[in-house]
Amino acid sequence: MLKILKYSFYDLMRSRWSYVYFLFYLLLGMVLLFLNNDLSKAVITLMNIIIILVPLIATIFGVMYFYNSREFTELLLAQPLKRSSIFLGQYLGVAGSLTMSLVLGLGLPFALYGLFQSGAILNFSLLILIGGLLTFIFAGLAFNIAISNENRIKGFGYAVLLWLFMAVIYDGLFLLTLIVFEEYPLDTFSLIATVFNPIDLSRILILLKLDISALLGYTGAVFKDFLGTRLGFIISGAVLLLWTLLPVWSLSAKAKRKDF
Amino acid sequence: MIRIENLYKRFGRNEVLKGVDLNIPEGGIYAVLGPNGSGKTTLIKSVLGLVIPNKGSIKVLDRPVKGQWKYREEINYLPQIANFPGNIRVKELIGMIKDLRQKAGDEGTLIRMFGLEPFLDKKLANLSGGTKQKVNLVLTFMFDSPVIVLDEPTSGLDPASMIALKDLIQKEKQAGKTFLITTHIMQFVEEIADQVVYLLEGQVYYTGTLSGLLEKTGQKDLEYAIAAITSEK
Amino acid sequence: MNLQNRHSFYLLLLLLLGVPRVWAGTIPVCGNCHARTIQQGIALAEDRDTLLIRDAVYKEYNLIIDKPLTLLGENYPVVDGQEKGEIFRIVSDHVQIQGLRIINVGVSYTSDHAAIRVVRSSNFHIEDNRFENLFFGIFLEKSSHGIVRGNQITGVARDEYNSGNGVHLWYSNNVAVTDNRIEGVRDGIYLEFSDTIRIRGNESRKNLRYGLHFMFSNDNVYTDNLFENNGAGVAVMFSKRIRMTGNRFLKNWGPASYGMLLKEINDAEISGNLFEQNTVGINIEGSNRITYIENDFVSNGWAVRVMGACYSNSFNRNNFLYNSFDLSYNSNVNDNSFEGNYWSSYSGYDLDKNGVGDIPHRPVKLFSYIVNRTPETLILLRSLFMDLIDFSERVSPVFTPDNLADPRPQIRAIK
Repeated sequence: MLKILKYSFYDLMRSRWSYVYFLFYLLLGMVLLFLNNDLSKAVITLMNIIIILVPLIATIFGVMYFYNSREFTELLLAQPLKRSSIFLGQYLGVAGSLTMSLVLGLGLPFALYGLFQSGAILNFSLLILIGGLLTFIFAGLAFNIAISNENRIKGFGYAVLLWLFMAVIYDGLFLLTLIVFEEYPLDTFSLIATVFNPIDLSRILILLKLDISALLGYTGAVFKDFLGTRLGFIISGAVLLLWTLLPVWSLSAKAKRKDF
Repeated sequence: MIRIENLYKRFGRNEVLKGVDLNIPEGGIYAVLGPNGSGKTTLIKSVLGLVIPNKGSIKVLDRPVKGQWKYREEINYLPQIANFPGNIRVKELIGMIKDLRQKAGDEGTLIRMFGLEPFLDKKLANLSGGTKQKVNLVLTFMFDSPVIVLDEPTSGLDPASMIALKDLIQKEKQAGKTFLITTHIMQFVEEIADQVVYLLEGQVYYTGTLSGLLEKTGQKDLEYAIAAITSEK
Repeated sequence: MNLQNRHSFYLLLLLLLGVPRVWAGTIPVCGNCHARTIQQGIALAEDRDTLLIRDAVYKEYNLIIDKPLTLLGENYPVVDGQEKGEIFRIVSDHVQIQGLRIINVGVSYTSDHAAIRVVRSSNFHIEDNRFENLFFGIFLEKSSHGIVRGNQITGVARDEYNSGNGVHLWYSNNVAVTDNRIEGVRDGIYLEFSDTIRIRGNESRKNLRYGLHFMFSNDNVYTDNLFENNGAGVAVMFSKRIRMTGNRFLKNWGPASYGMLLKEINDAEISGNLFEQNTVGINIEGSNRITYIENDFVSNGWAVRVMGACYSNSFNRNNFLYNSFDLSYNSNVNDNSFEGNYWSSYSGYDLDKNGVGDIPHRPVKLFSYIVNRTPETLILLRSLFMDLIDFSERVSPVFTPDNLADPRPQIRAIK
């Protein structure tokens, strides 16, 4: 598996897209910091980008890579290699290279700006960490979609739909539910609904750092316990990790049954 | 060497293999023939574990292959479509496959044989279809394995390479290798195959020598023989 | 009378210069002194004498100072009330207490025991004392013209019903409360019916309820104080003509917690303050004619929340930086105005480069209305869906008041 990971990684590192992605983040980081000159504001803008754009890019990139390397995958499948390690290797290659572009692309300008001397380093590291996790989650989901759909157009469609659902539609339905059932105690529901969407979960994790003042305005006891203590942070983090494992597990299960 | 029993495979509602029984002993060249959609590629892919059969068993070197991967060390496979990651160079690809198989490979002779030296430092995306097929052949033949599976090996090859390929097959055959080949080029089959396996609608219609098939159909020529079988059905 | 007294004192001093007894008027209190206890010292002392209290532990309470005295502690001697009741009660003018460590005030549910209580006296001077394990710290009752300075009050209050306040002023006027450090009590500084009080440079932290709490107290000024991490922040209620400048309100977190709570306040000036990381920076209710100038609202949940019945308030040249919500409004705009502030969430542009945004800024998000209605929706803060809704609302306001806008949003933060 490590070998496949290595080659997928090399392959991706050489592809134009990795550079586009890297340069995009580099540019973004530069613009945010040097045009704005305001680290806190940059971190907030960055958060929006990370929880929206990172999943989108990971999804599209994951699907694209899977379809484009189909023949290569077949070549590998005919080699004496374990099936699951082929897919896991490719998956880790994609997710790893995307994460690297993210970390370097954003990390460099922030490092140049003198982040390491500032107090924003913790928030920033959290953002990058969450960006990495989201990359892994959505690349994994994308691989799952691609492996289940022979038809590329369909696969792409589903992938974009998945992103749209997680990033926008889910929250819309969520909001609607909250408003329709506002007479009922909803805090447990809200927390559960949040857990089922990795984007929301990541958002909450970041909110716990950036907007804790507002979140503590909540009156619900469940919320208070969850948000006001370290427990919330630990649980959200743990569930997010679970979210990264879930697509991997499902991918290797799907890979076992798949015909090529 | 390869023993297939009662093999079934369905893709959705489309039943491709309907109880294939086939026994391929060691040594010799077996051509798997049949009209389009008769299940040739599916059969080969089942042997390689690329396709997971619904029913039946496959044994390679007396070991069942289901859920296994180690046995593929004994097989060299040439896939039908030679499409590789575009931004890897030919040299790197060869090195990589060698690295993945953890086996010494004799790529030098093959590269010379197919005249690939000028392309070694080119990226695969920039190669023509024929050249890619040559690379594909190098990757297949550079290892010393007892079983060699070729899926449409001749596609895109120029005559010189075709001759080189035939020589190569003959040479490996002398070395005692077992070949499983699918192809549409009947002339190629006539020239090299010891035995033919004729698949029709998901079942083995005929196994035996080429002359046997001609005899059975009463035709002089393989192409006519096949056409006859197809129209008969 | 006063002057005469002092003259005769100097005369006496001159007369005594040749004589060995230089420390006339100073009575030392210590374990083997003539005065073994503070009580004895007070009894022995004449008016205007100084009790020099040596470093020791004095287990005393209910000490009544009924003449002008100075109590001066050496190396913070401990006055231990053994939780039996009040410790000092000042009932005379011109009393100074300095340098004592006063501990273990008795908790009572019927009377407000204090470490030092000043009753109907003036010109008191309470300075540089340390208070620990207390009920009430310094309790000023109908007293005036005094100074409470540089004291450290450290309580361990757990529940509101059995804890008292750090500095408590009741019907007291013209008092300066400066440079005290108060933490762990119910209300750090409490004022009721007390006018013309100057509160400056105090640090009030981790108090159970309010860092500063005042009601029915007019013409007060408080400047350069720090209020941090108090249960409910600072509450200013039912008062007129208050000046609040240069204070810092930090990290007052909780569902009913505010940097500052204004209720029925008229004609106040709030300027140059910093509100950072509070659940609500300023909560305003029924307050009129207040000017908010050059305050910084940084990373609050809600920077300003206007609850209703507020008229003629103006916000100018304030910085609103990275608050979850800059402004929440649940009433009409009335004649309150927002002009020339800096909003970090401003998304407009400045084509003519005059430092003022070319399009007005609408600080109220639709989302803040939704959260007011259904608080649980707060969990959708900063989600793309909410941003989209807010954006469309900003482009064409349907739910938010059309005229609630800053017509001259600044492009750069105000220094």
